[in-house]
Amino acid sequence: MSQSEPDFEGSLKNTDDAVAAFQLDDRSFLSSIRNAVRNYPTLVPALVLVVSILVFGFLAPRFLSPGVLSLVLQQVTVIGIVAIAQTLIILTAGIDLSVGAILVLSSFVMGRLAVMTGVPLPVAIAAGMAIGTLMGAFNGFLVAKVKLPPFIVTLGTLSVFTALKLWYSGSESIRNSDIEATAPALLWFGEAAARPYGASITYGGVALILLAGIFWYVLQHTAWGRHVHAIGDDPEAAILSGIKTDRTLISVYAVAGLICGFAGWVAIGRVGSISPIAFEEINLATITAVVIGGTSLFGGRGSIPGSVLGALIVGVFTTGLSLAGVDDYWQMFAVGNLVLIAVALDQWLRRASQ
Amino acid sequence: MATEGFTMSNIIDPIQPVLKARGLMKRYGTVVAMNGADLDLYPDEVLGVIGDNGAGKTTLIRAISGATVPDHGFIELDGKTVDFRIPEDARKAGIETVYQNLALAPALSIADNMFLGRELRKPGIMGALFRKLDHKQMETFARDKLSELGLLTIQNINQTIETLSGGQRQGVAVARAAAFGSKVVIMDEPTAALGVKESRRVLDLILDVKSKGMPIILISHNMPHVFEVCDRIHIHRLGRRLCTVDPKTITMSDAVALMTGAMEPPVETATV
Repeated sequence: MSQSEPDFEGSLKNTDDAVAAFQLDDRSFLSSIRNAVRNYPTLVPALVLVVSILVFGFLAPRFLSPGVLSLVLQQVTVIGIVAIAQTLIILTAGIDLSVGAILVLSSFVMGRLAVMTGVPLPVAIAAGMAIGTLMGAFNGFLVAKVKLPPFIVTLGTLSVFTALKLWYSGSESIRNSDIEATAPALLWFGEAAARPYGASITYGGVALILLAGIFWYVLQHTAWGRHVHAIGDDPEAAILSGIKTDRTLISVYAVAGLICGFAGWVAIGRVGSISPIAFEEINLATITAVVIGGTSLFGGRGSIPGSVLGALIVGVFTTGLSLAGVDDYWQMFAVGNLVLIAVALDQWLRRASQ
Repeated sequence: MATEGFTMSNIIDPIQPVLKARGLMKRYGTVVAMNGADLDLYPDEVLGVIGDNGAGKTTLIRAISGATVPDHGFIELDGKTVDFRIPEDARKAGIETVYQNLALAPALSIADNMFLGRELRKPGIMGALFRKLDHKQMETFARDKLSELGLLTIQNINQTIETLSGGQRQGVAVARAAAFGSKVVIMDEPTAALGVKESRRVLDLILDVKSKGMPIILISHNMPHVFEVCDRIHIHRLGRRLCTVDPKTITMSDAVALMTGAMEPPVETATV
């Protein structure tokens, strides 16, 4: 059969054998920038942070004092930690609107157990973080097993957890004086770990940096981290490659809940008290930080350091602008524009990949 | 028809198939994707699977590779019944598949993709306790496999898949299957997205993999390619095997006629 076929490919004999050589055909200035950004996704937020610090230092020289800069770090500590949780979820092409409710409910479990019922502090803290993990796992179960869209799941659990929070707290705050009297260690993350040159680095700020380092490592250097990326990138490819996507997704949401529970502890130190109506704006604030940090809302690409930088950029902008005497609404205006620019940049990068 | 073939191959032919599927059924609502599909793959052969669009080839392949769980029927690998619930089951059993959509994660690197779902950890405490991946070893392995197959001249093994052309992506997927398959390699339309020269390389590669003693199932619409590399051709029609033919004794036009129902199947003609 095949010998009677005319030889269509005979003329290929002496041609170049190289197939699919890896050469960048497009070496223009723009494309090399694009490749650099794609390969080092934290480059842009890092650059933006440095430039914005310098610009605000120029506009309001007081901004560059160690005291003010460390204040920015304190302000973004809780948002930064929750942004780590949000990054994990957004990497899987999900979103979590319930992080704030999980955080506050975890705080209340710790606070009520330690302050009001006299449970030993480690047990109270462990219980708070366990509750956070459980709430996260519930989100994950609905996303992975019931196959509901993450946005709808967490919109629903946002209300559910908020209601539970108000019920459990009895709509009452736990006052700073009560915490100080019975369980002062709950406030530990608000204390200064070091005071170099009049700056005040809190244990919370140190925790943020350590946690970011841990999860950067986990995402880059463990199989679980690679799977998280793959699931957000192409879920079908992830399944066909033998990844247990359901189990991984549930674990992602559960770990995010655990981080939010931990953030609940840090938040007690930052704020000094526990209020049922605190941190209601943190859901959107963390998504803002993650997006400005260069993580794609479509999943699969992004980084933890980027999100921490994103949170810092927002902090620098709001503090810098207010030091420069700019009104609140123009601060919001600026942050909003940052988000739009970040998303447009992400689209540009993605378009280039197709 | 199906049971007849079953008994014939057992009595006449002493060689046992590596992979044997019998009576596979799969329904999606009212659509019958597989209606008692059979398949036999013998050692050291390239088995072509051809069929019209919607004949159920893809569902059959997905069942063998664990991506679809059939409602009825069974699959035997080396004479032992296997029950694949997820693709990982089939991969663990030694069946590697190059899917038509390639199943590669675009934002991950070539090395990451080759080891997706079977990553290597560092030896010692870093791997055991800290679960650290051995990036260096995975990169070396990926580079070796790619250059061994002569498919790619690599600049950077950490390049992401999205920066590769269609042919390059195909190369990575084929290299992955060839590197990890131990019993069977399945290729679903491996040349569909490729140019003439790249197709030639993949066909050579198929024969390369076959010469290492690995049986291959090749699903393709390209008749010249199928007739060139396949030892037997399985013709699929209306959710089941119509017949298996020998490419040396049948013409392409007859094969197409069988596949489309324009011709009645002959009595079992292909032997191993």
